[in-house]
Amino acid sequence: MREGFARFARNRTALFGAAVLLCLLLLVLLTPVIYPDDPFKLAGPALQPPGGRFLLGTDTLGRDVAAEIAYGARTSLIIGVGATLAAIVIGAVAGGVAGYYRGRTETVLMRITEFFQTIPAFIFALLIVAILSPSVSSEIIAIAAVSWPSIARLVRGEFVSLGGREFVQACAGLGASDARIIFSHMLPNCASSIIAVGSLLIGTAILLEAGLAFLGLGDPNVMSWGLIISAGRAVLRSAWWICTFPGIAILLTVLGINLIGDGLNEALNPRLRER
Amino acid sequence: MSQTVLELEKLTIALPSGADRANAVSDIDLVLRAGKVTCLIGESGSGKSLVARSILGLLPRPHVRIGSGRILFEGQDLAVAPQDKMRAIRGAKIGMIFQEPMTALNPLHTIGRQLDEVLRIHTSLGKAARRARVLELIDSVHLPEPSRIIRSFPHQLSGGQRQRAMIAMALLLNPRLLIADEPTTALDVTTQAQILYLIRELQREHGTSVLFITHDFGVVADIADEVAVLQRGTLVERGTAGAVLGAPTHPYTKALIAAVPKLVPPAARPANTQPFIVEARDIAKTYGTRGLFGGRVTVALAGVTMELRRGETLGLVGESGSGKSTLARAITRLLPIDGGEILLGGADIAQLSRRQLRPVRKRVQMVFQDPYASLDPRRRIIDIIAEGPIIHGTPPAKAREEAQALLRLVGLDASAAKRFPHEFSGGQRQRIGIARALALHPDVLVADEPVSALDVSVQSQVLALLADIKARLHLSMLFVTHDLRVAVQVCDRIAVMKQGEVVEVAPTAEIFFNPQHSYTKALFAAVPGGTWQDRKAS
Amino acid sequence: MRFARYMGYRLVTALPVIFGIIVLNFLLIHLAPGDAASVLAGESGAATPEYMDELRHKFGLDQSLGMQFLTYVSNMAHFNLGYSYRNDADVSSLILERLGPTSLLMLTAFGTAVALGIILGLVAATGRNSWRDNIISLISLVAYATPGFWLGLMMIVIFSIGLGWLPTSGFDTVGTGHEGWAEVWDVARHLVMPAVSLALFYLALYARLMRASVLEQTGMDYVTTARAKGQTERRIMTGHVLRNALLPIVTIAGVQAGNLIGGSIVVETVFGWPGIGTLAFNALQSRDLNLLLAIFFMSACLIVIINLAVDVIYVMLDPRMEI
Repeated sequence: MREGFARFARNRTALFGAAVLLCLLLLVLLTPVIYPDDPFKLAGPALQPPGGRFLLGTDTLGRDVAAEIAYGARTSLIIGVGATLAAIVIGAVAGGVAGYYRGRTETVLMRITEFFQTIPAFIFALLIVAILSPSVSSEIIAIAAVSWPSIARLVRGEFVSLGGREFVQACAGLGASDARIIFSHMLPNCASSIIAVGSLLIGTAILLEAGLAFLGLGDPNVMSWGLIISAGRAVLRSAWWICTFPGIAILLTVLGINLIGDGLNEALNPRLRER
Repeated sequence: MSQTVLELEKLTIALPSGADRANAVSDIDLVLRAGKVTCLIGESGSGKSLVARSILGLLPRPHVRIGSGRILFEGQDLAVAPQDKMRAIRGAKIGMIFQEPMTALNPLHTIGRQLDEVLRIHTSLGKAARRARVLELIDSVHLPEPSRIIRSFPHQLSGGQRQRAMIAMALLLNPRLLIADEPTTALDVTTQAQILYLIRELQREHGTSVLFITHDFGVVADIADEVAVLQRGTLVERGTAGAVLGAPTHPYTKALIAAVPKLVPPAARPANTQPFIVEARDIAKTYGTRGLFGGRVTVALAGVTMELRRGETLGLVGESGSGKSTLARAITRLLPIDGGEILLGGADIAQLSRRQLRPVRKRVQMVFQDPYASLDPRRRIIDIIAEGPIIHGTPPAKAREEAQALLRLVGLDASAAKRFPHEFSGGQRQRIGIARALALHPDVLVADEPVSALDVSVQSQVLALLADIKARLHLSMLFVTHDLRVAVQVCDRIAVMKQGEVVEVAPTAEIFFNPQHSYTKALFAAVPGGTWQDRKAS
Repeated sequence: MRFARYMGYRLVTALPVIFGIIVLNFLLIHLAPGDAASVLAGESGAATPEYMDELRHKFGLDQSLGMQFLTYVSNMAHFNLGYSYRNDADVSSLILERLGPTSLLMLTAFGTAVALGIILGLVAATGRNSWRDNIISLISLVAYATPGFWLGLMMIVIFSIGLGWLPTSGFDTVGTGHEGWAEVWDVARHLVMPAVSLALFYLALYARLMRASVLEQTGMDYVTTARAKGQTERRIMTGHVLRNALLPIVTIAGVQAGNLIGGSIVVETVFGWPGIGTLAFNALQSRDLNLLLAIFFMSACLIVIINLAVDVIYVMLDPRMEI
């Protein structure tokens, strides 16, 4: 693992991604300091173009776009990371049980996983949020519900291949219990794959959250980048900045996270061929 | 003195920075003559494969490349020849066959199309003429029903058949030189014998020069006219096969030859009259299911009965698919069986539940084949060895202390304890695997091809270790192997398996000098080189 | 004959999926807070008590849960997807009339993404680590991080509002009554931006996958064999590597086709494209759950059909798939 992280540090694009993410984290932490007022409150005259007092302009009601974006960062991160963690837990359990016990259990679990991978993800997430009433928690549930299958397939694949590896058989031969084999031997050997795929999943989660917010399914009590964009649609002709800047924020965030994910993948799962 | 076909002159192949040495091979001088088979022999890491690839310019550039030297062929230096000249030579004047026939063939093209491709690249023959030539070659390599083979895909052929097809592909245009890069290493011993025979037959027929890369001295004894020995990139000995095998001069060659187990068994040991410690009765195991839409069923074990006496080493010998590994795993209860009894010290363990099996585990332990997959890459050595006793209740501190003692027993330094598996060589990892198996003080050790993945020089060390430990700790051993030489030297009795059944079992000397079953005879006859170590130098 | 049997087998395994979706829909209806009838009626506002009773009776909501389920399954099986009060029409016919524009958009987007993605991936892989590889990789990375709806809005700002080259929204120019080729051209002009917005993400995905797949194949042993036969690098790429590299792409393209339907919701909304996406958006606004569930069901059926087609294509391409 240690040399994996050393390899990561040498990858320039990955470091760029890490830098972006670091800036984002700083922004999230410093937001209450830089923009102490509620972003939903009116801060100035409506539809001010960017520049001067309002770095990124104001929106249709006169709210500070920069403040909105700053608070929106927190929402995206919470939902993105939260949903991904939930998806990893669900997926790892499902895939792990399937891959370890094989047989009938595996077939049933994999059919269920395939089912959830087949149904249209965005529409399903949409339905869940609509039914459970839009809120941060319902968004996390919805996004986790459509993201877990890819983790499940990954973990199941890893467990199946590890199960055939001789060191696992040797453990069974020593008389080790299932729990010991799974937690002490198999999971640590999958960890790097899960991390690599999981980090890419965060990016997808953030895009999903933005889409949901854009359609009006975001938590009405928190600021969200998708929400700002949807509000700015009506005045696209005259006030282009309202739609533009939150989108750039989404792009940079997801890009940064994807670069880190790619970098982690390269570092922790080095391939034999040269890149 | 027959004509020189290709000459390597001070060939040096450079490796990228960070490799364990600067050059893969240095200053290689080699002459390949018409009508002669030259074997280039070396252990893993010697650079022999790279030499073969460098001739046709197939090195994995840009990192691995020819540093200096010349490759002289038909008045050209292939080391610096332009790509279009090289392409004209490849497949036409110089042919090459590889080790893994399954991956060396495009899975999406039929055999016929892949052979046809050679003719399309190098000749302007029409479709009918090409087809005729392809059929002719497929017939010459003794593949049955050539017209069916042409339409088949690689996955529909067996390993031996695929290799024959590759040979046909390489010989389509009657090349002057055939380069064979370990072509029989991945094949069963009986198939290997057939392929070696085929290569010899075709080579004699067409007067082709052959460069045969191998790690097996038996193959050299069978097929070589001339031999060159490679040690970590340096050519240490060269000469006719008779001279090098019969009277080697370089210490490395001598050590290598001494490490190869002889096929003739050592002096007969007194018969073992101890009681049985392991008895297997009528073990059956099938894989696969007959689903609603059809399915494939494989019979791995078809009612196997065998016994292991206390203190003896019983060899389970056979080719792939014989069931020997399945039987070994069944006896250690790593695999559930479909029927039969397994008696350990008189008690049937075949149907015991997981919990009931736990105490049994202390009595039977396994040593595995693959040194790279048999140790958890994320655990330290000391933890790997101590894990067994800890599971069975030994306090961790005491378990680790015992583990240290075991490390010494298997010949490893105490400093190995804190390190990880990837820091050790293949032979050292096998020693660790043995230490792990011994940690529970078993009565029976089941060794599943414990030395098959090791170089021959390391192999003899590990075998010596196993023999030593067995004697000291009064173990009984079940030794699974496909290598008859190893079996003959190590085992008291040998059981020959074929397709899930034991066809013959007898004391080693008896089975060597007086085999009863036709398959046993065929198996011994197929061992490359046979009893070459006992032949006089010619 | 074996092919027909394989098709039969695949159809049989597809049925549980459809059934599963129906079950899922049923669960979702009952998961929603409040009386199922009010959920199904949506916030149509003018739902009279008589209408609600009618609804309850139609869906069997006054009966036991088991009977409700059977009624629901039977309705779905007959494609009796209910009635949308807000839109004043049968749900099935609502969806069907919107199917055309959405199909056009999806096919264009998917086709572009797959075709261009494969080409770009191939170009990137063959010029590995060269400037063209780096540019393609950079574009892919950025495209993969771009939200489709935002891209659409930005394109409108630049190309419609800024440059005036392309129309801002709609299917065709209203009121002009174009015929023949003029109509085709008009629709094409309206189709460009929505298709690009929808396709870009997937284009990046396929380009990355194709690049990885080609690079993986070029390291394979059979490529060395082909070189040893004297084959040129170009023929090795086109005759050997390409088809082997395409196989995993076929599988993944099938899976992603389903996600395209979801993506079309936001894109159609941005561009006012008269397809199922805008229908779904309107259903969301009016909380017409019944319509949404019907759209979910239809999309899932579509995905199942697409997956079947992809399976068939794969089996035809790969001789190792014994059927």
